[in-house]
Amino acid sequence: MNWAETSAGWSWNPLTDLQQIWAFPFMVNAFRAGTVVAVLAAVMGWFMVLRRQSFAGHTLSVVSFPGAACATLLGISAGFGYFAFCIGGALVIAAIPRVGQGGSGQESALTGTVQAFLLACGFLFVALYKGFLGGVNSLLFGSFLGITTTQVTVLTIVAAVALGVLAVIGRPLLFASVDENVAFGRGVPVRALSVTFLVLLGAATAEASQITGTLLVFALLVMPAAAAQQLTARPAASLALSVLIAVAVTWTGLIAAYYSPYPIGFYVTTFAFAVYVLARAARTLSTAVGRHRVVGGGAVA
Amino acid sequence: MSTVNPATRLGDLVRHRVPAQPAGPQPPRSPAVSLRGAGVRVGSRTLWSGVDLEVGAGEFVAVLGPNGVGKSTLIKMLLGILPPAAGEVRVLGEAPGRAGHRVGYLPQRRNFDASLRIRGTDIVRLGLDGDRWGVPLPVPARFSARRREARDRIAEVVELVGASAYAHRPIGECSGGEQQRLLIAQALVRDPELLLLDEPLDSLDLSHQGAVAALIGRICREAGVSVVMVAHDVNPILAWLDRVVYIAEGGAVAGSPQDVITTQTLSRLYGVPVEVLRTSDGRLVVVGQPEAPALHTDRHVEGGGT
Amino acid sequence: MSAFTHPYFVHALLAGTAIALAAGLVGYFLVLRAQVFTGDALSHVAFTGALAALALGYDLRLGLFAATVLFAVVLGALGRRSRADDVAIGSLFSWILGLGVFFLTLYTTSRNAANGTAGVNVLFGSIFGLSSGQAELAAVVAGVICLTVLAVARPLLFASVDEAVATARRVPVRLLGLAFLILVGACAAEATQAVGSLLLLGLLAAPAGAAQRLTDRPYHALALSAGLAVAEMWAGLALSYYVPQLPPSFAIMAVATAVYAAALVATRGPHARLGLAEA
Repeated sequence: MNWAETSAGWSWNPLTDLQQIWAFPFMVNAFRAGTVVAVLAAVMGWFMVLRRQSFAGHTLSVVSFPGAACATLLGISAGFGYFAFCIGGALVIAAIPRVGQGGSGQESALTGTVQAFLLACGFLFVALYKGFLGGVNSLLFGSFLGITTTQVTVLTIVAAVALGVLAVIGRPLLFASVDENVAFGRGVPVRALSVTFLVLLGAATAEASQITGTLLVFALLVMPAAAAQQLTARPAASLALSVLIAVAVTWTGLIAAYYSPYPIGFYVTTFAFAVYVLARAARTLSTAVGRHRVVGGGAVA
Repeated sequence: MSTVNPATRLGDLVRHRVPAQPAGPQPPRSPAVSLRGAGVRVGSRTLWSGVDLEVGAGEFVAVLGPNGVGKSTLIKMLLGILPPAAGEVRVLGEAPGRAGHRVGYLPQRRNFDASLRIRGTDIVRLGLDGDRWGVPLPVPARFSARRREARDRIAEVVELVGASAYAHRPIGECSGGEQQRLLIAQALVRDPELLLLDEPLDSLDLSHQGAVAALIGRICREAGVSVVMVAHDVNPILAWLDRVVYIAEGGAVAGSPQDVITTQTLSRLYGVPVEVLRTSDGRLVVVGQPEAPALHTDRHVEGGGT
Repeated sequence: MSAFTHPYFVHALLAGTAIALAAGLVGYFLVLRAQVFTGDALSHVAFTGALAALALGYDLRLGLFAATVLFAVVLGALGRRSRADDVAIGSLFSWILGLGVFFLTLYTTSRNAANGTAGVNVLFGSIFGLSSGQAELAAVVAGVICLTVLAVARPLLFASVDEAVATARRVPVRLLGLAFLILVGACAAEATQAVGSLLLLGLLAAPAGAAQRLTDRPYHALALSAGLAVAEMWAGLALSYYVPQLPPSFAIMAVATAVYAAALVATRGPHARLGLAEA
């Protein structure tokens, strides 16, 4: 796992370092896949945070584990399992009313039970497929090794389709997310948009699971978006910022994972969380300064 | 406590079906609420100060005023949740919060979640014994005098508020007016001498407003319970009121509705011209009443309401 | 019954019964207070705590309890603001999980290769692997949790259903909320030993959700939730014993989910919107 030993160490020159990393084809593939996944996850996550559907997003990301385990058990490519289970899960969640909000006790109990049951199913598939136990960790916590060029192509095509669909529905979706009733009154198909968005979110989690692992997808979905929405209230700016943060976090995560024995999931979550904490701190600071200024101005007037 | 005439207490009234005592000379009771020069602060902001108020036993008093002026804060101060910043406050002759179960409280209402699977009677029962530790032992009622007593008491108040038909349904499935009646029963279940009600008519439709107001008025008149009610609109309760307290920014005036809700008094209180109109059916309309100062950043400190 | 001649089964039964009882009682209030997301967060924290302890060479259970109880106190100290902000909690527990991965790698690379399944055991439980000492300790801790929950049950119910009135009646609402979070944390640490950190949410939520569907009397629901949890634990253990292909934690989850689904279908009335979606 530790490729640093086979190559020269970190030289503090980003250009030569990147050149050195990219000398390995699998690292080039990892960067390509990571970038695609980061962009898609950041955009979907931005809408997810805006729509307050983080519990639904978390459930979807959990679904990818039994998906991959089931595909492995059946002897087909894990990619099929990821997409089939995540998009299927999205359709099921769309059928449960209002579940995305965390909701009342009863609804969240239902979601929690479904989540735990699906994870248990994943564990069952793993247990039935003996000798697979070592692979569980990479399934759950991600691995950037062994990403093939075909996989990158599939990821790119799916991401392009998902982003294309989102570009078409983006504006009404934003309207419906911010003010559902007004949007409904203006003839926006709120319900259809909500289902479409969940399916797109399912696709995004299926993609991201293949890089960060099932348990850490949620980090890539929620944290860049949450940080960006702390920093700016303008939709376009915060969407762009969210993508920027996600890509930056993924790249630094890949580089750090390349040079150290620890898995990429740890680095991606840690860097993303650091950005989120900094964003919150910056916002707290700026509101404190802003309030101070208002109070001071009031005293003068 | 010693001066309270037990014959007029609510529990006895219901238990023995004694009709209300006709108005006449009664032994003097200590005032239910007395404020002298009281003031209150939330954070660094003084909501009001220098307020004098006396609520006699069995009186029905409404607390009125614009949004954000600190009406709910007054109730919280009487409950002892918020200390007064100045002045002296007595509730049933004791410091706020010391009178315990002699005070019934109905907070500004949130509706119960529609999926909450707990019966109305259980909500009422929490008012009776919810602050005791442990769980009730599963002893059948016929072996436990205390269980029987509690059960009968709950049945009484539920009947008093007219909620018997739906008290055994999960409270989340009850309508807003039904929930409000059950919550009044919860406030009444310990047989209080003082009821503190925070906007009990809010979020009810017009017909329910009248019915709930009549229920509270009847409890006040017949059982001799003092009532302090924060209200947004004085009209539904006008018929039952003994006195009103109008709070404005800084201070307050108290007196009978006819004296206080007038063009002169309110204009003086607010410091701007205000006009009180009386409609042909006796309703009062205040025109030109200023809203509270727009310090929205401080609103959440009060717990989201006034 | 031949199953009882195997010590591992007896240990699992002892620990499992006590843990299920505690999870059923705590879970009832968790669902009532709509804090299932907190349970979700605690499950991630349990994983990290266990692996941190393993990586640093301490007993796994020490890390479990330290991490979950500490996290519960932090959540409680953040107060009700934390309850509203799913995004903040979500970000925090994703990162804590990432930290858990770090400790997992540290553990599996620094110690010998036989530890490769440690992560899987923490995530998905290994109830049949409990020693007699571990089982007894787990049972004692679960017993303490049960007694504590029963001792605070009534004021906790009051504070959960009707916070404003409970505050006015001098019920220590903040303190109870904090104590309850600590109980959830301790319960999560216990349940991790039985069904694993990823599945403990099901053990907390499923019996409680089913009990609240089946009765609307709070104390009956509390007892029913505990009873269902224990019955599901027994059924799961028996199933896993007779069908060795099924891991015990899957069997327990499967039974719990089936019971919940049955409760939803059985109570499908005018208000069974969720039941419809489930079918």
